[in-house]
Amino acid sequence: MFDYNFHWRPVLKSLPDLLEASLVTLQVAVLSMIIGIVIGLFLSVLKLKARGPLKWFATCWIELARNTPALFQLFFFGFGLGALGIHLTPFFIVLAGLSFNNAGYLAENFRGGFNAIPETQLKAARSLGMTLWHAYTRILVPQVLRIVYYPMTNQFVWAVLMSSLGMLVGFRELSGETQFFASKTYRIFEYFAAAAIIYYIMVKLILFISKLLATRLFRY
Amino acid sequence: MENQISFFSSFGLNDVFFMAEAAYRTLLISVVSISIGTVIGGIFGWMLFEGRISATILLGPILDVFRSVPLIIQLVLFYNFAPIIGFDLDAFESGLVILTLYTAALVANVVRGGIASVGEPMRRAARSLGMNYWQDLRYVVFPIGVRAIFPSWVGVALGVLKDSALVSVLGYVELLRASQILMTRTQEPLLIIAVAGAFYFALSYPISRFSASFERKWSQ
Repeated sequence: MFDYNFHWRPVLKSLPDLLEASLVTLQVAVLSMIIGIVIGLFLSVLKLKARGPLKWFATCWIELARNTPALFQLFFFGFGLGALGIHLTPFFIVLAGLSFNNAGYLAENFRGGFNAIPETQLKAARSLGMTLWHAYTRILVPQVLRIVYYPMTNQFVWAVLMSSLGMLVGFRELSGETQFFASKTYRIFEYFAAAAIIYYIMVKLILFISKLLATRLFRY
Repeated sequence: MENQISFFSSFGLNDVFFMAEAAYRTLLISVVSISIGTVIGGIFGWMLFEGRISATILLGPILDVFRSVPLIIQLVLFYNFAPIIGFDLDAFESGLVILTLYTAALVANVVRGGIASVGEPMRRAARSLGMNYWQDLRYVVFPIGVRAIFPSWVGVALGVLKDSALVSVLGYVELLRASQILMTRTQEPLLIIAVAGAFYFALSYPISRFSASFERKWSQ
C-alpha cells in the first residue's frame, strides 16, 4: 500500500525560490487590497447616494463580483480582454481580477459601515463649512475603516488565498512557482505540501500582525 | 480555394447545451458536497462548542487548515495524496472529498457561533422546564440557532458553489472547464466567457436575493 518514496531534497533546494515567490503573492495581494479599498469606497458611496446610471453601475459591479467565481473573473481579464485586443501580463491579470473582486466584496462591508454612522455627522461637518470631499475623507471614511477593520483583514486573507489562482493564468507567485517546480521534478505532492505550509504560515502571520495593529490602532 | 478547411467552428446551439450540461455538473458536485459538508460541519460545530479541551486542541487547528490554505492547493494535494495511501479516486471523487471537508470546516465555525448566539439564560430555562440536554438542543437551540446562522450558511454555500470552479484543475469538466474547451475550439473567448458568467450568475444571484429577503423577513 505504501510504496511511494517521498523525496524532500528538491523541495528544500528550491525553498528560497518558493519563499521569494510568496513575497510576490503578498505583493499582489497588498496592491489589490489597496486598489480594492479605494474603488470599494467609491462604489459603496455611489450605491448609497447616487441615482440613475452611476448607482446602476455600482450595483452591477458589486453583484457581478459577488456572484461569479474569482477564477471566472481572472479568465475574463485574461481571455476576455485578450479578445478585445487588450493583452495584459499575468501579473496585471491577477491584479485586475483580485482588485475587481476585492472592490465588490469590500463595497458591501463599507456600505454597512456607512450605515452605522449617524446621518447627523455628515450634516454637522457640512455646516462647519467642510466641502463634501473633506467631510467624507476626514470624518466619515476614517470611521468606516475602523468599523470594518476585521472584515477587511478577512478580505485580505481571502486575497492572499485567491492569488493562488494566478497559477492558472501563468503567474509565477507561490502557487505558480510551486507548479513550475512540481512539473519540472514530478514531485507534485511534496511541492504542494510545502506550498500549503507556507500559505498556512503566511495566513497566521497576517492574522497575528493585524491583531497587533488592532491593539495599537484602537487604544482609545 | 473552394474546399478550404477551417479548424475552428463557430459557437452554436449545441454548445449552449454542452455548457448547460456542464452547469449541471457544477451544480451536482456543489449540491452533494454542500449537503454532506453541512451535516458534518454541524456535528463539528457542536463538538467545537461543547467539547472542552480535546475539541479545541484537536479539531480546531485541523479545521483551521482548510480555511487557511488555498482550495486549489488542497485539491491538487489531495488528488496526488490519495493514490499514495492506496485510494484510486478520479477527479470528481477527490473534488467531492475536498469540497465536502472545506464546507464542513466553514460550516463548523458558523454553527459554533449559532449555538453560542442562543443565550445561556434561554438554555437554563429550557433545562429547568424539565427538558433533557437533547430536547433542549432539538427544541430550543436548533430553531433559534438556524435563524441566526441561515444568512451566513447561505454565504458559505454560495462560496462553495463558486469555488467548485476550481475542481476544473483536476480535469472535472464543469462549467468553467467546458467554457475553456469551447474557447479553444471556437476562438470566441469573450462570448463564451460571458455565457459562462451568465450561467454562474443565474445559479448564484437568485439564491443570494432569496436569502437577503428571508433575512429581512426574519429580522422584523
